[in-house]
Amino acid sequence: MYKIAVMGDKDSIFGFASVGLSIFPVTEPDETEKTLRRLINEDYAVIFITEKAASGISAEIDKYKSRPLPAIIPIPGVTGNTGIGMSNVSKSVEQAVGSDILK
Amino acid sequence: MAIMNVNPTRMELTNLKRKLTTARKGHKLLKDKRDELMRQFMLLVRENKDLRKTVEEKIKIANSHMAVARSVMSDEALEIALMIPMQEMSVNIHEKNVMSVMIPVFDSSFKTADSSDIYSYGFAFTSTDLDYAVKSLSDIMPELLRLAEVEKSCQLMAVEIEKTRRRVNALEHVMIPQYEETIKYISMKLEENERSSTTRLMKVKDMMLKDAHKYDDPVDYM
Repeated sequence: MYKIAVMGDKDSIFGFASVGLSIFPVTEPDETEKTLRRLINEDYAVIFITEKAASGISAEIDKYKSRPLPAIIPIPGVTGNTGIGMSNVSKSVEQAVGSDILK
Repeated sequence: MAIMNVNPTRMELTNLKRKLTTARKGHKLLKDKRDELMRQFMLLVRENKDLRKTVEEKIKIANSHMAVARSVMSDEALEIALMIPMQEMSVNIHEKNVMSVMIPVFDSSFKTADSSDIYSYGFAFTSTDLDYAVKSLSDIMPELLRLAEVEKSCQLMAVEIEKTRRRVNALEHVMIPQYEETIKYISMKLEENERSSTTRLMKVKDMMLKDAHKYDDPVDYM
C-alpha cells in the first residue's frame, strides 16, 4: 500500500488533509528538496506539489521523471496558476515528438 | 558515409551481410514500436491536457472556498478543525505494460468504508465555506489521481519514445548505410582481386607458350 503526499505552502494544502492525504507544509526551496527526498524514500507513490514550491526545485523533480515511482504532480496553489503543470505536459510532448504539436 | 575498418575477406563479407539483415529487422521492429508508442502517447497526452485543465479549474474553486473559510474563521479554529483527519487515502499500484513501458495504474482505497466520511470536525464551530472547500477537494480526488496516473505515464512514455526514436535514427542513418557501403566495398575489392588473378594467369600462360613454342603473337591462341 502506498500513500499520497501533498507538499507546498500551508494555505494551499491544508484542505487536502481532510480527504486523507498526508500534508507536508514547506516554504523554502532547500526545505522542499529535503522533504521531497525523504518522501521518495518512504512509501509515497504520488506526491502533489504546489506549482510555487515546484518552481524552486524543478531540476530535482526532473530527475524522477524517468522513474516509475513516485509520480510528482504539480498543482496550482492559493496564489494562482503559474502554468508550470501545463508546460510540463508540453515538455513531454516535445521530448517525444520533437516539437510541441498540441499547442 | 565512412567505410568500416575491416579486412576485405569473404569471411568478413558473410558476417557483414548477416549483421545487415539483423540491423534491417531490428530497424523495422523498432520503427513499429515507435509508431505504436507514439499513437498511445498522443491519446494519453490529450487526456492529460484536458484533465489538467479541469482539475486546475476545480482546485481554483476549492481554494477560493478555503480562502473564504480562512477569512471567516480564526486560524486556530481552522487548524483545530482539520488537525485530525478522519479519512486516510492510500493507493494500490498495478503496472500496465504498454509496448514494454511499465506504466502505473493507481487504485485508491480509503481507511473508513464510507468515502464521503471527510468532515473531521463538528459543524457547530466551523463556517459552511469550510464544508464547501473540503467537499470540493474530496470531489476532485478521483480526477486528481487519474491526472497523476496519466501524467506519470506520459512522462515515462516520452522518455521511452525518445530512446526508441534515437535508436531508429541511428540504425536508419548510420548503421545500415555503413554496413551497405562496407559490403559494397568488400565485394568490389574481391572482384578486383579475382580480375587481377585472371589477368596474371593469362600473362603467365602467354609467357609459358612463348617459351615453349616461340610464338610471337599470343592473341591468336587465346
